[in-house]
Amino acid sequence: MSIRGKAYIAGAWEHPLRKAPDHSVAQLHYEVAKGALDDAGLTFADVDGFFCAGDAPGLGAHSMVDYLGLDLRHVDTTETGGSSYLAHVSHAAQAIMAGKCDVALVTLAGRPRSERTDIRAAAPIEDPDAPDVPFEVPYQPVLSAVYALCAMRHMYEYGTTPEQLAWIKVAASHHAAHNPHAMLRDRVTVEDVISSPMVADPLHRLDCCVVTDGGGALVVTRPEIAKSLSRPRVKVLGAGESIGHRRGGTADITTTAAAISGPAAFAEAGVRPADIDYAAIYDSFTITVLMQLEDLGFCEKGRGGAFVADGNLISGVGRLPFNTDGGGLCNNHPANRGGMTKVIEAVRQLRGEANPAVQVPDCRLAVASGIGGPLATRHGSATLILERE
Amino acid sequence: MEMLTFSAPAVNPETRPFWDACNDGKLLVGRCTTCRKHHYYPRPFCPHCGGDKVEWVEAEGTGQVYSYTVMRRFEPVRVLCMVELAEGVRMMTVLRTAEPDAVRIGLPVSLAFAESAGGQKLPVFEPAG
Ligand SMILES: [Zn+2]
Repeated sequence: MSIRGKAYIAGAWEHPLRKAPDHSVAQLHYEVAKGALDDAGLTFADVDGFFCAGDAPGLGAHSMVDYLGLDLRHVDTTETGGSSYLAHVSHAAQAIMAGKCDVALVTLAGRPRSERTDIRAAAPIEDPDAPDVPFEVPYQPVLSAVYALCAMRHMYEYGTTPEQLAWIKVAASHHAAHNPHAMLRDRVTVEDVISSPMVADPLHRLDCCVVTDGGGALVVTRPEIAKSLSRPRVKVLGAGESIGHRRGGTADITTTAAAISGPAAFAEAGVRPADIDYAAIYDSFTITVLMQLEDLGFCEKGRGGAFVADGNLISGVGRLPFNTDGGGLCNNHPANRGGMTKVIEAVRQLRGEANPAVQVPDCRLAVASGIGGPLATRHGSATLILERE
Repeated sequence: MEMLTFSAPAVNPETRPFWDACNDGKLLVGRCTTCRKHHYYPRPFCPHCGGDKVEWVEAEGTGQVYSYTVMRRFEPVRVLCMVELAEGVRMMTVLRTAEPDAVRIGLPVSLAFAESAGGQKLPVFEPAG
C-alpha cells in the first residue's frame, strides 16, 4: 500500500500579513482556510476532514471545528511542531485513500510577533511530566542555543564554516527581494550575515528566521475531486516522517531525522534527489537547511557547506533552487512554525505560479522537508514529494 | 563573575534518587546489566536494548565538551554545553567558566554542582584542572 497518487493538493494559501495586531488567532485560521478553499474552488461545506496542530487554539481541533462550523467525518491533530503540516498532508492522503474523507483542510496560524515571543529566545517546553525536561530545562536551552549546538559540532566534524552557513541566508534574501509580502526584502551578503550580532555561537542574528504573525492553509482532495477543479494539479507522490531523539545520550547531533523520513518519502515516490526541480527546506536557522540537505541525500554527509556555497540554492543561479518565497529566513515563519509555508511555495512552483523572477522553468518535481522542535535534543521530521501532473 | 541562575528541576518519584544523589554531590547515570551500555538521563529500563534490569551508577565526574554554544543574549553569557562523560554518554549541561571565549570542543571538564532555585543541586561542569 502506498499513498502515491492517491491525493492531490488542490488549494494552498498564505496569509499576506506578517504582523496582525488587530486579528485574533482564530480569525487568522478562518482567513487562511477561506483563502485555501477559494483557491481550490471549494467551500467550507465541502470539507469533511480537518487537520491542525498545537497552534490551533482550544482542545485539539475542538474549538476550530466549532468556530469554522465544519461537519466532519475525519479529524487529525498530529503535533510535531513546525513539521506538523507536512505530516498532515501525508495523513490526509492516507485518510483519503482509506475512504475516511474526501476534502481535507489543513490550517496554521499564530501571532508571535504581536505577542512578542521571539524564536531566538523561545523558552523550551516546560511540561514537568516530560521525562527529559528536568534534565535540560534548568539550564535554559533556548531554541537558538540548541540549534547552535548542532552547528558547532557540524563545524568541528566537517569543517563547515560560518560563511557557508551565511550563503543559505544570502540565497533566501535574493528570493525575498522579489516577494512584496516578505518581511525582510533586502538582499544581504555573506559579510552582512557574519557581521550581524552573535546570538548563540556560531549562529548570528541573520542565521535565524523571522518572527511573523499570519499563517497558511492547504486543501487536500481525492483525485476525482482534484480533476473536477480548474486549478493546476499537484499530486502527492510520497511521504515520510520520524522523530529524532537523544538515544540515551548517544545520538549524533549532526544528523536530523530527515535521514529517516527523506529516504522513506523518496522510496515511496519512486524518485531520487537528483530528479528534484525545487526544494522547500525548513529554515528556522541556516544550519537546519544544511543538515536536511545532507540527510535528504542532495550531497554527502558533511559536504553541505560546500553544497550551499556560492549561490547554489539561488533560483536561476545554482543547481538546487530552494525557498523561492524567501523562506522562514526572510519571508515568513508564521506562529514560529515554518512547515506550512514550505508546502505552499512548493505548490506555487509546481503550478508555475511562483514569482516570475524566481519561478523554476518546467518545475515538475518538488521535495518539501519540515523539522519541528529543538534539533539537538528531540525533533520531528516530515518529508513530502510532490509532482505537477 | 556574576552568578548563573538555574530554575528548579521538577522531581518525581521515579527521579527522586537521582536528585537526592545530586544533593550528596554524586551524578548518577543508568547502566544496563544486560547489554552493559550506559544511558543518560537515567530511567528504569534500558533505552538501547529494552532490558528492564538497569542500575544507576555514580559517574566518575570527568568528561569533555562534545558541543557548546555561548548564549550571548543572556546576562551573564551562558555556555550551554553537551558534555560527553567518561562513561560515554552525553548530557546537556552548563559550563561554568570565567572565559567563555576559550571554550572548545574536546576541552576536558570536571563535574561540579550548582544550586537551582529552591536549593536542589544541579550537575554543571567546569574546565578541568
Ligand atoms: Zn541494554
